[in-house]
Amino acid sequence: MVPLSHYLFLSAVLFMTGAVGVLTRRNAIIVFMSIELMLNSVNLTLVAFSSFLGNVTGQMLVFFVMTVAAAEAAVGLAIIIAIYRRKQTVNLDEINLLKW
Amino acid sequence: MLTYTDFLLAMPLFSLTVTVLLIIATEAARVGRARFSQFLAITGLLVTSLLAGLNLRESGVAFQGMIATDAASSYLTILLSLAGIVTALVARPYFEHRDAHRGEFYILLLFAIIGMVLMASANDLITLFLGIELMSFCLYVLAGFERTKDKQNESALKYFLLGAFASAFLLYGIALIYGSVGSTNLDAIARAYAGISNQPLFLLGTAMLIVGLGFKVAAVPFHMWAPDVYEGAPTVVTGFMATAGKSAAFAALAIVMIRTFDIGGSTTADVLALLAAASMVLGNVVAIAQTNLKRMLAYSSVAHAGYLLAGVAAGTAEGFAGVFLYLTAYTVTTLGAFAVIGWHERTNDEGTSLDDYVGLSQHQPVIAAVMALYMFSLTGIPPFAGFIGKYYVFMAAVRADLTWLAIVGVLTSAVSAFYYLRVIVMMYFRERDGEHIPLPRIPVMIALGITAALVIVVGVLPSTVLQLFMPAM
Repeated sequence: MVPLSHYLFLSAVLFMTGAVGVLTRRNAIIVFMSIELMLNSVNLTLVAFSSFLGNVTGQMLVFFVMTVAAAEAAVGLAIIIAIYRRKQTVNLDEINLLKW
Repeated sequence: MLTYTDFLLAMPLFSLTVTVLLIIATEAARVGRARFSQFLAITGLLVTSLLAGLNLRESGVAFQGMIATDAASSYLTILLSLAGIVTALVARPYFEHRDAHRGEFYILLLFAIIGMVLMASANDLITLFLGIELMSFCLYVLAGFERTKDKQNESALKYFLLGAFASAFLLYGIALIYGSVGSTNLDAIARAYAGISNQPLFLLGTAMLIVGLGFKVAAVPFHMWAPDVYEGAPTVVTGFMATAGKSAAFAALAIVMIRTFDIGGSTTADVLALLAAASMVLGNVVAIAQTNLKRMLAYSSVAHAGYLLAGVAAGTAEGFAGVFLYLTAYTVTTLGAFAVIGWHERTNDEGTSLDDYVGLSQHQPVIAAVMALYMFSLTGIPPFAGFIGKYYVFMAAVRADLTWLAIVGVLTSAVSAFYYLRVIVMMYFRERDGEHIPLPRIPVMIALGITAALVIVVGVLPSTVLQLFMPAM
């Protein structure tokens, strides 16, 4: 059986990959994808804990997280489309009316 | 098993939900115009605050331990409803002036308030997470409410990307705490806390939770979104998210850190104290350099997050009471200040610069006097609300052996007097040469009247307010 630490390590690596993606990439869509990667790595952590603790709360939370992530995609993509219609770009370096 | 009491305890949430569904139905059927939605929203919020008022002396856990209602959460529901009412009153003149008055605004406003009430009455990390996300999604959309304006779009995008980034940290923190406790219920975590408070997994989870919530309250070093988002968003939305959003996030932080974790004197408390000191210093110092009033109040809100964090870092019941009192003072004062800024702002987004306020007292003496009242309260000059708030959080910090933090707080408050009083100097001691601005419309006058009256009432009768949410004190 694969020990719990392996799952935790994998999800930590995925989480860090997502976090580095958010901080280094300049395309709003890629940044958004990186955030989704972070959320899903958390889901992996939750499912692993849930399975090893023999407790169903973690899996229940995963369903909520998936729903929240879907709503987040709807809101986020709508905002990105609204910007793209006005400026024809989703590059974060060119979206700089306000002092960052 | 669901019982009758469960529904009774969650009554304010139900009344908000029914109201928002009604507004959606009338909007979809196009029976009313946006002003009918505004009427429904204000009525629903009044009913909600009444129901929450009836719950003030009740306390209990509802829905299998997901929600806990007590005096503090009911009190905060009233405060959030009040912020909603003031925002709804100010929104119509503001958006009608810009040809952007639409019913969706009130739907999003009410959904955001539902999320905030959920946060304030959360008894489980799942409820807390759902409340935060519900609030945040609505605020992201509200920040970019006028889709054709570049500034607002940009503000919404920045808020969304950084907000979602912070939510991921918050969620990871929740997952790690769940892993070390085996439950997401706050009562269960509180019982297990003494045994696990030094486990690395739990500490890492707590740190992630602080990052996530620190972002929502705009505390240094997680504040970088606040100035841009506050400046770019429509002024009525800025006022709402600066007050109600911060109140709900601080209620969640106080519930988790003080009630559940009992952090008094621990390393976690020291970390929060450091964040508090950094927020006070950076917020107040950078605010001095701002020439735009919205941006200045954004940095001032970072500084106020620092004062509030001092109450949380104290980790005592006194700190908890101080945080709630401070939130009341900050909410009524800042809502009023943003209502004035929204009135003064022109449709082309100009009129928010400090220079535009020159000589306002000769031109509109009543509004200038009310604005001066808010600025005195934000500085913390007695007998206004801001002074009482500061007094209680700094007292709590001193009693919890964080005297150095209280000293930093008092010194930075003195620094803050410089930029708050500069607004008054501009309004009163310079000659007017700007354009003529007509008196605000009646709803805005009512909003200003309510907030100004509360600034004085909270400042003069703090113990009455305190007894509403802390019956034991």
